[in-house]
Amino acid sequence: MRDFSYAQAKSRADAILLSGQPNTMVIAGGTEILNWMRIGIVDPPRLVDISRITGIEGVEALPSGGVRIGALTKLNDVAQHPLVRKSYPVLSEAILKSASPQIRNLATVGGNPMQRVRCPYFRADEPTPCNKRSPGSGCAAFEGFNEKHAIFGWTKDCVAVHPADPPVALAALDAIYVTDDGQGGRRIPARSFNTLPSQDSAAHNVLRAGELIVGIEIDPAEATSAYLKVRERESYEYATVSAAVVVDLDGDVIRRVRIALGSVAMRPWRLSETERRLAGKKLRSDAIDAALDAGFADARPLSSNAYKIKLARNAAKRAIELAAGIT
Amino acid sequence: MSEHETKKLSRREVMRGSAMAAGVATIAPVGATQAAGSMADRFVQSNHVAVEINGVEHQFELESRVTLLDLLRERLQLTGTKKGCNRGECGACTVLLDGRRVNACLLLAASVNGRRVTTIEGLADGPRLHPVQRAFIEHDAFQCGFCTCGQIMSAVACIAEGHTDTNTEIREWMSGNICRCAAYPQIAAAVEAAAREKA
Repeated sequence: MRDFSYAQAKSRADAILLSGQPNTMVIAGGTEILNWMRIGIVDPPRLVDISRITGIEGVEALPSGGVRIGALTKLNDVAQHPLVRKSYPVLSEAILKSASPQIRNLATVGGNPMQRVRCPYFRADEPTPCNKRSPGSGCAAFEGFNEKHAIFGWTKDCVAVHPADPPVALAALDAIYVTDDGQGGRRIPARSFNTLPSQDSAAHNVLRAGELIVGIEIDPAEATSAYLKVRERESYEYATVSAAVVVDLDGDVIRRVRIALGSVAMRPWRLSETERRLAGKKLRSDAIDAALDAGFADARPLSSNAYKIKLARNAAKRAIELAAGIT
Repeated sequence: MSEHETKKLSRREVMRGSAMAAGVATIAPVGATQAAGSMADRFVQSNHVAVEINGVEHQFELESRVTLLDLLRERLQLTGTKKGCNRGECGACTVLLDGRRVNACLLLAASVNGRRVTTIEGLADGPRLHPVQRAFIEHDAFQCGFCTCGQIMSAVACIAEGHTDTNTEIREWMSGNICRCAAYPQIAAAVEAAAREKA
């Protein structure tokens, strides 16, 4: 790792001023950026450490009945908080199925969606064509090793998937990332925080320089939820596919369901058409299969990952059952 | 009597000598700390770090890029904390930070200013091993031993967290520590036994 100059932010306002300096990157939990620097993905002359600032850590109930989670809250503390466990099991499960206990003690919930893709060409020690690593250089994965890559929303310029689990749960919950940029900030829906290659194949997310995620807000839970993660080993592994489901039931009839898939696109992928068709349908009915097929109508395989279409479809079906309490 | 013993200089001692020499060469000049003024001046290359390690207060002047792992191994010769992958993937560098388990390779030393670190060298009470250390010996919970210090530190935290109700729960909550000898059944048994002893 090349050396850099370092500053510890003293407050939220201080963090925004420091992170707005030229050639400056932000470190919070540090579980990603230090590895980017070791590999050579980024080489920032300056790092501003926001991990010690106060006021944006912890889980609190909102007057509306929802919840607000401070961006610097450690993943383990979010997942094991009584409010989250009770009202948002999908989020608790998604977090506890990500990374390792040690990493979850370092990584922050606000830093988590800032993760970058795990595509081996992006993370390569030697230069290979990758538009996220070197804009304009092409995408080696499109005709290369792509069995873990996207089935939705890819272009020939980038076929990578966003690898994180918690943002998939947050997308299904219609959570909002609250940002601060010193001028009021923005409220960015979790489902559109990460950037699709059709928008910009070199980008990772929509956050701007000098803008920080300071909190996450989730509406009141009037539904049950579940997270299903399919992976090659039982623990401490990225998802091959995952499915987050939030369902509001009237007996065995679906009032409303929200479904987000993970590791199938450059962002958590909501199955909007499936959701629309499932309103008013009975659990265990043929309507579920038909609605899922409709949601996968725009899935497109790459040369080596057609299996992921069936896997993701069946994971979504199973996750609906889990959320509905069908075991 | 082997040649190593008669010479009274182990491989580790030779390594320590060269590591210390290298450490001296990489310390940034003291004058690199700039006076506070504009925002840009807040960024410094030499960082004053005060940290409690295994009950002893230490003070350092460190380059920004020094990780907690390198600080422990290269500056303090606390080589029980292992550098396996140096990417947060293997868990061999697991230590306790204010009592919570973390990967020392994923922490900048500058960021632990004012905090408390416990390494494997800080577990035993004088000549008396920590119960988790004893359980690992009793259950033969290692082969080559490279991952063992990280496994034990992780196990101490796992037990303190209360994630030891079942063998399955132990294996899930110990999954951040990779053992390439695959001593997992013995490791889980050692954690289970140590947790029972504590309860």
